[in-house]
Amino acid sequence: MYVYDEYDQTIVDQRVAQFRDQTDRFLAGKLTEGEFLPLRLQNGLYMQRLAPMLRIAVPYGLLNSTQLRKLAEITRVFDKGYAHISTRQNVQLNWPRLEEVPDILAQLATVQMHAIQTSGNCIRNTTTDQYAGVATDELEDPRPYCEIIRQWSTLHPEFAFLPRKFKIAVCGSRQDRAAIHAHDIGVELVANASGVVGCKILAGGGLGRTPVIGSVICDWLEKKHLLTYLEAILRVYNQNGRRDNKYKARIKILVKAMGVDAFREAVEQEWDQLRDGPTTLTDEEIERARSFFTEPAYRELDADSVKERLDAASASDPIFGNWVRRNTVDHRVAGYRIVNLSLKATGYAPGDITDEQLELVADLADEYSFGEIRSTHQQNLVLADVQADDLYALWQRLQKAGLATPNHGYLTDMICCPGGDYCSLANAKSIPVAEAIQCRFNDLDYLYDLGPIELNISGCMNACGHHHIGHIGILGVDKKGEEFYQVCLGGSQSKDASIGKILGPSFSQQDMPDVIDKILATYLDLRTEEELFLDTYRRVGIEPFKERVYVKAD
Amino acid sequence: MSRLIKQGRIIEDNWQAPDADASVTGSHQILDLEQWLALEDKAGRAVMLEPGQAPAPLFDHLGDIPLVAVNFPVFTDGRGFSYGRELRERGFSGELRACGHFIRDQMTYLHRCGFDAFQMAEESGLEEAVASLADFSEHYQAAIDQPLPLFRRRH
Repeated sequence: MYVYDEYDQTIVDQRVAQFRDQTDRFLAGKLTEGEFLPLRLQNGLYMQRLAPMLRIAVPYGLLNSTQLRKLAEITRVFDKGYAHISTRQNVQLNWPRLEEVPDILAQLATVQMHAIQTSGNCIRNTTTDQYAGVATDELEDPRPYCEIIRQWSTLHPEFAFLPRKFKIAVCGSRQDRAAIHAHDIGVELVANASGVVGCKILAGGGLGRTPVIGSVICDWLEKKHLLTYLEAILRVYNQNGRRDNKYKARIKILVKAMGVDAFREAVEQEWDQLRDGPTTLTDEEIERARSFFTEPAYRELDADSVKERLDAASASDPIFGNWVRRNTVDHRVAGYRIVNLSLKATGYAPGDITDEQLELVADLADEYSFGEIRSTHQQNLVLADVQADDLYALWQRLQKAGLATPNHGYLTDMICCPGGDYCSLANAKSIPVAEAIQCRFNDLDYLYDLGPIELNISGCMNACGHHHIGHIGILGVDKKGEEFYQVCLGGSQSKDASIGKILGPSFSQQDMPDVIDKILATYLDLRTEEELFLDTYRRVGIEPFKERVYVKAD
Repeated sequence: MSRLIKQGRIIEDNWQAPDADASVTGSHQILDLEQWLALEDKAGRAVMLEPGQAPAPLFDHLGDIPLVAVNFPVFTDGRGFSYGRELRERGFSGELRACGHFIRDQMTYLHRCGFDAFQMAEESGLEEAVASLADFSEHYQAAIDQPLPLFRRRH
């Protein structure tokens, strides 16, 4: 993974000092609440319902074991002994004290971490595929480009006070695991007709109040132009994005208002000025970035005999076998598996992890996965490079720690924002809804029979829980001071991305498990043999679901 | 006479703020964009841009303009950052002044975008504000103060 040199360290250290001074001035009354607001947000600090929330950046979801141990220590010393993995692959602390935040940042800086631009109207943490570099369907590893974008966007002087937040995702594989269509800018590594890999650029996607699938702005761009092109897009947005209404301020609204062609033309015009300038990437820089994401020292293994041993172990312990089948994924290298650690055990807030679990995962990463860990936008963790022969030992230790729930990709592996329990923006709680659904549908055979289903829950319009692009989406709404839940169906975050359609009038919290039950029963009744939930929905439309859910009692 | 920060020092200002009703003939009168556009002879005349007034109309006259002021009525409106950078990228070498309600924590970014003068709505904190220009000694991106991105300078 990327390792700081003295330049990176200097920048992060100076940011800590700057934020310490800003916090001191705020506490001394020299900065108003209004002035401090964007400054603290650009350092990931929210004022929440009960306490501040600090969002720590995990660039493109990559962590090493040293960083994980530091996070564990920070949750113990400065917080309540647990952390939360966000849908931007970041780590959130729910109970830090404002006056201690500069100390937390200073601690983070010692392990090459920070909270820069994890919030605020600026370019946020760039996200990518959690299987980058190890996926079997990968054209090229996206992480070097994420790192290049990270450096370019970090403390960018021109784009720190944008009309609204700005999110970039990069994907380099056939299947899109980074939801690039739902981002302000999506970058996809693609080959052109001559087989040269470049960047396809999408813009204007986004969730929130007005969900929009991104439009292709450029079919294929030479890699060296990546940053100047992004800069041109940002410049058009910074100058022309709406600033009069925060709900219409995202780039998606600008792209819609201008029309894709006019927007593209404006970008090209700005790009004329920037193109081939000093920000044009050099071959050396691309190589330097790639040099941090080289292969670890994989052992040469005989795929067949490894498989034989794994099959035998799976057969002799079916519970282990089931976990292997559900929570591990094929690896690019023979004899290795990608392991998903589920943070979706029933009874725990989705995405939460304790200090002890963090330390355990750090140890396991050191022992079994070259010391690296990934966080995912589905709010789980991944050990990306585990030898299949080590899976049994790994599983036993994960199981003891509650990290081996075999539900990866199934209904109970839901995405869920912190919601009204923590967040001051939320209209409704989301964690209790997630828990009620997890409790109702805890029969694993039923879950497996349902097949992969993405259920996403947001506590408000801001859509941190990505409800629009869940196969089933749940949105908390406020009706005259009471919490209700709206359901949408048919969203998808894949390359065939779609925005879910609202089922109908909203439901009370206690009705939600029944509502989900009826939706699932409709699917089970109507599906053909090989159809997944989304396929059935796309074939039959929303009506049969609606009829079943809203049927009047006789 | 008001005070401002210019090239890292606090100095007395000898320019008059724009005034739609003022005579446009004074030699140290900053004009609003409308007044400036109406001038036949633009040589030596200063102009202020408001948010939403992109600098394109100035591009053909950059050599004639001694001062472009960019107003920040609210500090969260960041359009002026792009205006500054676009003017400098097209060769403007006169004074580029940030005016209004920006805050000192933005000065390092403004400076990077080509601003060399800072006229703050509140003058009492100028001495402390100057220090903010030194918040960072190193940067990743190319900008006006450092035209090469870090990746072309790393060693």
